[in-house]
Order: sequence, then C-alpha cells, then structure tokens
Amino acid sequence: MAKKKAEGYLSAKESRRISRENRKITKAFEKKRKRKNVPESEYLTQMHDPKNSVEFDNLHTYFYTDAGTVKAVDGVTFEVPIGKTVGVVGESGCGKSVTSLSLMQLLQRPQGQVTSGEIRLNLGDKAYEVTKTPDEVLQKIRGNVVSMIFQEPMTALNPVFRIGAQIEEVIALHDGSGMNEHQMKARTIELLEMVGIANSEGVYKMFPHELSGGMRQRVVIAMALACNPRVIIADEPTTALDVTIQAQILDLLRNLKDKINSSIMFITHDLGVIAEMADYVVVMYAGRIVEKGTADDIFHHPAHPYTIGLMNSKPVVGKKVDKLYSIPGKVPNPINMPNYCYFKDRCEMCVAPCSGEYPCEVKISDTHFVSCYRYYDAAAIANSTRKEG
Amino acid sequence: MSENNSHLVIDNTFEPVTYDPQYILMVNNLKKYFPIKGGLIPHTIGYVKAVDGVTFNLKRGTTMGLVGESGCGKTTAGRTILRLSGEKTGGQVLFNGQEVYDLSPKEMRAMRPKMQIIFQDPFSSLSPRLPVGEIIGEAVREHNLVPKAEFDDYIDQIMDDCGLQSFHKDRYPHEFSGGQRQRICIARALALNPEFVVCDEPVSALDVSIQAQIINLLEELQQKHNLTYLFISHDLSVVEHISDTVGVMYLGSLVEYGETEDIFRNPLHPYTKALFSAIPVPDPDFKMKRIVLEGSIPSPANPPKGCKFHTRCANCMDICKVETPQQREIEPGHYVVCHLFDE
Repeated sequence: MAKKKAEGYLSAKESRRISRENRKITKAFEKKRKRKNVPESEYLTQMHDPKNSVEFDNLHTYFYTDAGTVKAVDGVTFEVPIGKTVGVVGESGCGKSVTSLSLMQLLQRPQGQVTSGEIRLNLGDKAYEVTKTPDEVLQKIRGNVVSMIFQEPMTALNPVFRIGAQIEEVIALHDGSGMNEHQMKARTIELLEMVGIANSEGVYKMFPHELSGGMRQRVVIAMALACNPRVIIADEPTTALDVTIQAQILDLLRNLKDKINSSIMFITHDLGVIAEMADYVVVMYAGRIVEKGTADDIFHHPAHPYTIGLMNSKPVVGKKVDKLYSIPGKVPNPINMPNYCYFKDRCEMCVAPCSGEYPCEVKISDTHFVSCYRYYDAAAIANSTRKEG
Repeated sequence: MSENNSHLVIDNTFEPVTYDPQYILMVNNLKKYFPIKGGLIPHTIGYVKAVDGVTFNLKRGTTMGLVGESGCGKTTAGRTILRLSGEKTGGQVLFNGQEVYDLSPKEMRAMRPKMQIIFQDPFSSLSPRLPVGEIIGEAVREHNLVPKAEFDDYIDQIMDDCGLQSFHKDRYPHEFSGGQRQRICIARALALNPEFVVCDEPVSALDVSIQAQIINLLEELQQKHNLTYLFISHDLSVVEHISDTVGVMYLGSLVEYGETEDIFRNPLHPYTKALFSAIPVPDPDFKMKRIVLEGSIPSPANPPKGCKFHTRCANCMDICKVETPQQREIEPGHYVVCHLFDE
C-alpha cells in the first residue's frame, strides 16, 4: 500500500504505480471471466441449506482504485431463506448496495471484482455459484430469477421509451417465447394492475416523465416482478418517496411477495421500514456485518454498540427525548482500514481486548450473531451450558 | 371573454392582522401563484397555486415544523416568507411587525441578515469554487457586520460553534462529507447573526447518525442565540423531536396547525391522521392500523373545488365538495381547516 505524506495525499508517481498493479490484478480476473464455453460443472454447486434461496459465504468485493484498494465488502456471510425478507441496514458507504450488486454481478468492472468467497443461488433443481458463472448464463438469470428494484425511480426508467415497451422488453427477453404481441401486452397490463396502477391502459402508453415518483416506483416494481423472480433485491425502494406513498409501496411489496412466494433482500437505512418489512436483519458497518439476527433479536435485544447507537440516534414519534444520541466520530477511511475493530474509535463501550484484531462472530442465541468482544464471555457461557445440556 | 377568464382572477381578500410583539413572524393568508404561459401568443392561461392561503404566527425563540408530501408547497412557503421567489400573490408577511414585501430594495438588504435560510441539499447549495472561509464570510463582509480587523476571528468563532475546525477555512466544499457540508451551510446562515432561520429539509440528505448530530447542533445554536426556526421537513419523527408547533400542509394550504403535542397526540384533520399513520415505527411487534390514502395528490394548477382534500378523504361529506372550509380553533392554539368540525 502507498506510503502517506499527508492524510489522503498521493504523489503522481505512487498513483501510477498503484494503477499499474491494479491493472495486473484486474486483468487476471477479467481473463478468467471472459473464457468461452465454460462447462456447467464449474459453476454448479450445492446449497448448504436447501431452504435458502441465496447464501452469501465470506464474500469479498474489492474496488481497485488509483488511490488504493477499497474493501467495499470484506467477508460478508448471511442467508436469504425462501419466502422471507432479509433487511440490510447501515450507513451510506457501508457496502449494502455492493453486496446486492455482487449477487447481480453488476459491479463496475474491471475495477470492482469479487476477489473471494461464494454466492450460491438456488434455482430450484440446481444451484449456481454466481461469482463463477459466465456472463451469457447470468443474462438468463438477471431479471428472471433475481431481479432488482433500483434506488431512484427517477433515473431507473428510460426517458425515451414508453412504459409498456420497457416492461415488455423484460418479458420478451426472458419468458417471451411462444407469446405473441397481444399476450405480451395483456401480461404487461396485468402487471401494472398488480402493482396498483388504476389507469393501466393509459399508463401503458405513457412516458416516464408523465408519472409521479410513486407511480414510477410502481412501474419499476412491475418491471422487477415481470418474470416472477425467486429473489427480489429492493435497494432503498422508498427512500425518495413520501411517507404516505412509502406506506403504499411497502404494503404492495409485502402482498406481492406472498403472492409469488419469493424472497426479498431489502436494503435501506431507515430502521422503521426494516422493522415493518423484515423477518431477518443484517446490520453492516464499513464493509462487514456487525450484527445479524431475526427482527425481534435486533430491535428488542440489540447487542452491538453500533446497532444500539443507530437505534438511539433516530427520533421516534411519541418518545420524547431532550437530546438525541449521536454516534461520535465518523466511518474510517475505506482505503486504510484499521486492523482492530472498525467501530472501536467511535465506540463508547470499549473493553480491553478491543485493540486486538477484528473480533470474530459470536453466537448469542440460535439466530442472533454479533461481532463484538463484549459478548465473548456470554458466548463462552452459552457454549458451556450447551455442552452440559 | 371575461367569463372565460374568470379562473384567472386572483381572489385576494383577507382580514389584515395587527402586529402582536410576542410573534417574530406573522403570516396571514399568504399566497404565491406561478403563472402558466401558453397559447400562440404566450399569455397566462392559468396558475399553479403553490401556496394558497397559509396563516400562522411564530413566537420568538421557538421552532415551527412544516410537514406535508412533496409538491405541497412547503419549500415555496418558506421561500416566499423570505421574499426569495419574486413578489407574493397575496396576503401578509409581518416580520417583527414590518411587512416584508413593502420594503424598498435598500431596506430589504438591511433586513436580509435577520432572516436566513439553510437549503435542502448540502451538495448543490455550496459554490464549488469558493473556499469554505469565503462561503461563510462573504455575506458578513458584504453587510459590514464586523470590523475588518476582527473578521478572521469572527469566522473562526462561527465555525467553531458549528463544529468545524479553523483549518477547514481554506478547503473547498468537495473535500467535506455530507454532514460537514451541512454544518458549513448552517455556519453560513448563522454568520449573519440572524433572528429567524428557515431550515428547508436540512437533514433529509443525511444518514441517521449524522442526522442526529445536525439536529443536536441546531438545537444548541437555538438556545445559544435565541433563534427562531421554521423547520420544513417530510420526516415526521424529526419534526416531532425539534418543533414546538407544527403546521401540516396539503396542496398549498395549511390544513392543521397547533402545538406539537396536540397535533401528534390528537390529530384532527383526516389528512393529518393518514399522514401520521404512515410513519414507520422501528418495532417489529408494532402493528398499526394504517389509513392508506387512495390516489395521489391532485395537480396544484387545478385543485379540486371545495375542500382540496375531499377527493382522497375517507370522511368526505356533500358540503366538502362545494364549500371551502374555514380555519377553526378547536382547542386553544389548535387550528384545523375541515368541515367535520363545523358547529
């Protein structure tokens, strides 16, 4: 890694050296990706638990930038069970979106690469290792098995095509075989009605700029649901919307999920939305998972100091506090991560071992895991009692 | 011809208020319409009624929250009060008893430092070409608020108040994070030693943990300098935390207005009820009865007749479709504009 003169300063020479090294690394990755006719056996895998639809296993996604390597996702492990909603929370820049983009393999290449770890995707009769799957196979999976609802409905739609054409394109690409124009239109209108657009015939012929934010978000959702995906990634689907529209969209997502029995990976920084939607919650901080568990575990027994801080810093209607709690300090620089616990510098509950290496995951209960030294003792006790039992 | 143009006539009848010294700001039936141009020879063919009759009084040293959906005219109301969006269309804005729109340009210039605004987006409201010291100090120098010799110390003091370091002075906005940029915006507004600050969604673009820092900062500064805030936001939980009084806006009008506690404990207007029921609560066991509003907000260029909310209201009566409701005081200090509360 580059030597530092002042904070964040890189000489042109150093920057060139880094980018040369980066090119070498990314070229190797790209070469591996671009091979033709990869046999299916190479990316065929087994789910560890057939009840899961996606398993992230020690995923590392790095960005090789000219200023140094950004470890955007650094060892993330969690599962998305079939028919459940998993909420991913964290501040901006903590790697929530990069995790989901790794699953879609939509990272900004060649700088962004999945360097190690596995993402296993359940396709029903078989399972794929997404990171090793070649592009042409992935194209059949994206939008079909896994689909994504993007963050900003204002920019996710193409301004020069009609709404109908944009949704039909998805259907035509994935399960349009044997469908004629009329059937495709009927299906599109059915989708628009499913997401609660009353004037579906009219909207079919409209351009995106003629719709309001909430309506556009519905169209984006309709597009994502066009092929009855097994996994829906919702990347901050309601952040740009008003509370009343947000409530409508959340209701809609919940109902649709039950209707087509798919799993949702719900990414947001709004804890209120997570509490409403999620069965399981994953809290991320600086590229790692600091705590994960069921919604009940996280909201009623938050364990990690960061989770606790996050909960306290949000004002809640009906709960009057004189002064809001605010987490001191700021997120460490993603290029130069410390080698101790990333949260130590901002933590008010530090204990002696915190200066040691990054804490590993501790099991508090069967569903609740946390990466914090404060729970090492509790976990040891739990383990010993389990052995006795 | 004149009958065709009846919709262009602006109804500007209101009862003028007299100045009450306990209020720093009195807004009476404020209207701001934006003309829609059209036709072969472009002429005004209609109005977008962005702010359509807003009335409230603001006590010195308190915070009023202004909430509502996007497009309901919150921001325009804030800007019109500060005389930042051209001329008003109707109504009164009394700042310390002085009608803001009667001032000559020279007098207005002298008034400006007293009333400031913190803009919504800290990423686009700071000039990328000016160093932070200049951003904060420019207006101070223009208005000759401090002698030249004390200028540097004064800026340092303001930056320190807002949680910025003095060595940040020579840096440019792009070198700062979102939270820090918002601090710069706050410092810029406070440098002029204002009495009244419009905070236009100051925390919407920020993360939860940064949000808390900025809210705490605003509250500290309010106590220190006895500031009055008009806090515009669509985040109801933030508004409940920071405000003393709350106004709920729908389609350019204030539908309910009162003490924060009254409004949140006992919302009266059907729109307020629906809005509050939509707030997500960070508790997985909490199952609330949600009032889902049908449809979307009507166009402000062609608002519904009678009560503007009647197209989406669950308690709509016949009278709502015909007659515009008047503001009524239900409890002391708690006003609502709804036919349900007619005697």
